[in-house]
Amino acid sequence: MAEMRQPIESGAPDPMQYMHPVMRKNYGHWVYHSHPRPGVLYHRADGGDEVWTVKAGTQRQMDHYTIRKLCDIADQFGDGHVRFTARSNIEFMVSSEAKVNPLIDALTKNGFPVGGTANSVSMIAHTQGWLHCDIPGTDASGVVKALMDELYDEFVKCEMPNRVKLSTSCCEINCGGQADIAIVIQHTKPPKINHDLVANVCERPSVVARCPVAAIRPALVNGKPSLEVDERKCVCCGACFPPCPPMQINDPEHSKIAIWVGGKNSNARTRPTFHKLVAAGLPNSAPRWPETAAVVKNILNTYKNDAQPWERMADWIDRIGWPRFFEKTGLPFTKYHIDNWRGARATLNASAHIRF
Amino acid sequence: MAKKMHDTPMLDQLESGPWPSFVTGLKRLAQENDMMVDLLGQLETSYETKKGYWKGGTVGVFGYGGGVIPRFTELKDANEKPVFPDAAEFHTLRIQPPAGMHYSTDLLRKMCDVWQKHGSGLIAFHGQSGDIMFQGVSTANVQPAFDEFNEMGFDLGGAGPALRTSMSCVGAARCEMSCYDESRALQTVINNNIDDMHRPALPYKFKFKFAGCPNDCVNSIQRSDMAVIGTWRDNIRTDEKLAREWFAANGMEGLVNNVVTRCPSKALAVKKAGEARTTDGFSAVALDDATALEIDNHNCVRCMHCLNVMPGALLPGKDKGVTILVGGKSVLKIGATMGTVVIPFMKLESDEDFDKLNELSRNMLDFFAENALDHERTGEMIDRIGLSNFLEGMGLEVDANMILQPRANPYIRMDGWDEEVEKATERKASGG
Repeated sequence: MAEMRQPIESGAPDPMQYMHPVMRKNYGHWVYHSHPRPGVLYHRADGGDEVWTVKAGTQRQMDHYTIRKLCDIADQFGDGHVRFTARSNIEFMVSSEAKVNPLIDALTKNGFPVGGTANSVSMIAHTQGWLHCDIPGTDASGVVKALMDELYDEFVKCEMPNRVKLSTSCCEINCGGQADIAIVIQHTKPPKINHDLVANVCERPSVVARCPVAAIRPALVNGKPSLEVDERKCVCCGACFPPCPPMQINDPEHSKIAIWVGGKNSNARTRPTFHKLVAAGLPNSAPRWPETAAVVKNILNTYKNDAQPWERMADWIDRIGWPRFFEKTGLPFTKYHIDNWRGARATLNASAHIRF
Repeated sequence: MAKKMHDTPMLDQLESGPWPSFVTGLKRLAQENDMMVDLLGQLETSYETKKGYWKGGTVGVFGYGGGVIPRFTELKDANEKPVFPDAAEFHTLRIQPPAGMHYSTDLLRKMCDVWQKHGSGLIAFHGQSGDIMFQGVSTANVQPAFDEFNEMGFDLGGAGPALRTSMSCVGAARCEMSCYDESRALQTVINNNIDDMHRPALPYKFKFKFAGCPNDCVNSIQRSDMAVIGTWRDNIRTDEKLAREWFAANGMEGLVNNVVTRCPSKALAVKKAGEARTTDGFSAVALDDATALEIDNHNCVRCMHCLNVMPGALLPGKDKGVTILVGGKSVLKIGATMGTVVIPFMKLESDEDFDKLNELSRNMLDFFAENALDHERTGEMIDRIGLSNFLEGMGLEVDANMILQPRANPYIRMDGWDEEVEKATERKASGG
């Protein structure tokens, strides 16, 4: 056997070698920023150096031709340095204001939307879906493409009361993360178990341990060691599916889409918040998910019309109250909105505070 | 020229519309590689049946136990042969990006060259943990692709029960809110513990995230087991020229409605010029000749709101450092948890400070490795053992900044009350 190459355990690379020279020079010395127009940020350092950033949306899952095109634009119209944001937007940094408009023109002409700054609906943080995940209830890139087509104007115009962050997740594990509006698969039926495979594929004790409601127990089925689910206890979360693929949770009809709102990462004003369930039961309707898009747009429009400046989704709902949120959006309030998981008592209204 | 394309009527519908289409990109790649032709075939099948068809497995590179996400197709015909054989293996290489996700075009092109040569040509910038995801490679090509990236100065990221790839915000590179050197902190913590990334042996995943200020643009409180968030102890810095400019443009209405009344701890007040307090933690900045903004710095919770609304006019103080929170994670198994404060403030400037951060991270990983149950995250472990036990095990001192309120129930054994009071008195005497 030929000698194998030992890896160089270099870890996370130093960014300085790839960073825009003005940013490198002024590292830790920035004192001011402004938002000259949608998609553009201006930053000034204490010594007077300036940098303009032009932000554009991408499809995240990019073919190398798209990346090379973005590189060509960066070389021809920018300074040859870019970075990506946590939401897969690309940022082109330039040290001269004169470069901003030609750069915007080049990006727009090549189909990259310029925006995503300040009070925009930014690119949707998302996951892998059918393209690459081993447990997906839906696609990720496709849902995002369909929704961003609908929300395109809100990305490029930045006219919301405050930032709006969206996420999608193709199962309840919620890899897309907390967001002002989160779109998450919600399974509604217990797993369908292929008892012929369980014994060979699954480490049964760890599957039993994985269940949050202790609904899974070892069982002999047709003379074979397998697992059974107490379907009255099962909350259809799908946690058993990753360690035990024969416990199929995805269901083309009964895996639905739920919408959650009011998640906030930042500490600004209020402490960070988790998003809350507001709608569910929406069909997993590839390839364009129109029912989901309609609910998202309705919530966004209601927020846009009703929230005050600087109110994030959570701040707005905090001010108007949940009853009015449901009233204004027209979304039905049901018994499923009332939490019954651990700590649920803290989510109940233990007061006489009622808005009329 | 690759083999003939499969019909993809569902995916084709994702080529129209103004947002950039990943489907169009996949089709471009399919012109030159058979793997993408068949990937499109399988993806179209998923769109028709609403089912996923990938299963995991064991694929890696020599010397490492993780970092590659293996994917084998489960879409087989009656003879157990893959329906789309050229995409039967479609693994992902997770590669750690430069902290802050900075790239030169030269670097991006080199990455494209490697992936065009060995993989599908499909790259995601970035995954939710921050990895560059080089998507679509056969088992045979995993090693040569990794070798080339590795020679370029890049290393595999984390997967499975391991230290995971980290993220930091743009921070000091381009943001006036930055309170420490995020990139150095990330490299210090990750690269000194890299063995735990490459050889998965922890109870479950462990994530560090580095945010330069409490705006937390990398979502560290909700998405990391240990969050390092920049903050400051002294007064908010002010720039009178920019404050006057802001006030001239936004007026009293903007000041009251968007700044003062939105302060969560009522630490801001509008004062007549000359009447604002400037001692005992109070500071002030003139907005025009008649008006000043008074800041009660001791009562400011560093939420960032007023700094965000009045950029440059208000800036983080000079006595900067970090707040450390522990225990954030997503849904499984007990429900999502946020990190909670375990160190309200520590300096992060000198070499010794970074050594301390490094030591803390190591202790955190060791405590997790020794005390967490299988598949239990740090937040769940703390829920199970209680924060006090966690602090004691870690050798961290209790601090009232760790709670929102003291306990509201009497169900606690308090035999050790007198000793604990003594400790509290000692802490106070030593200035802690």
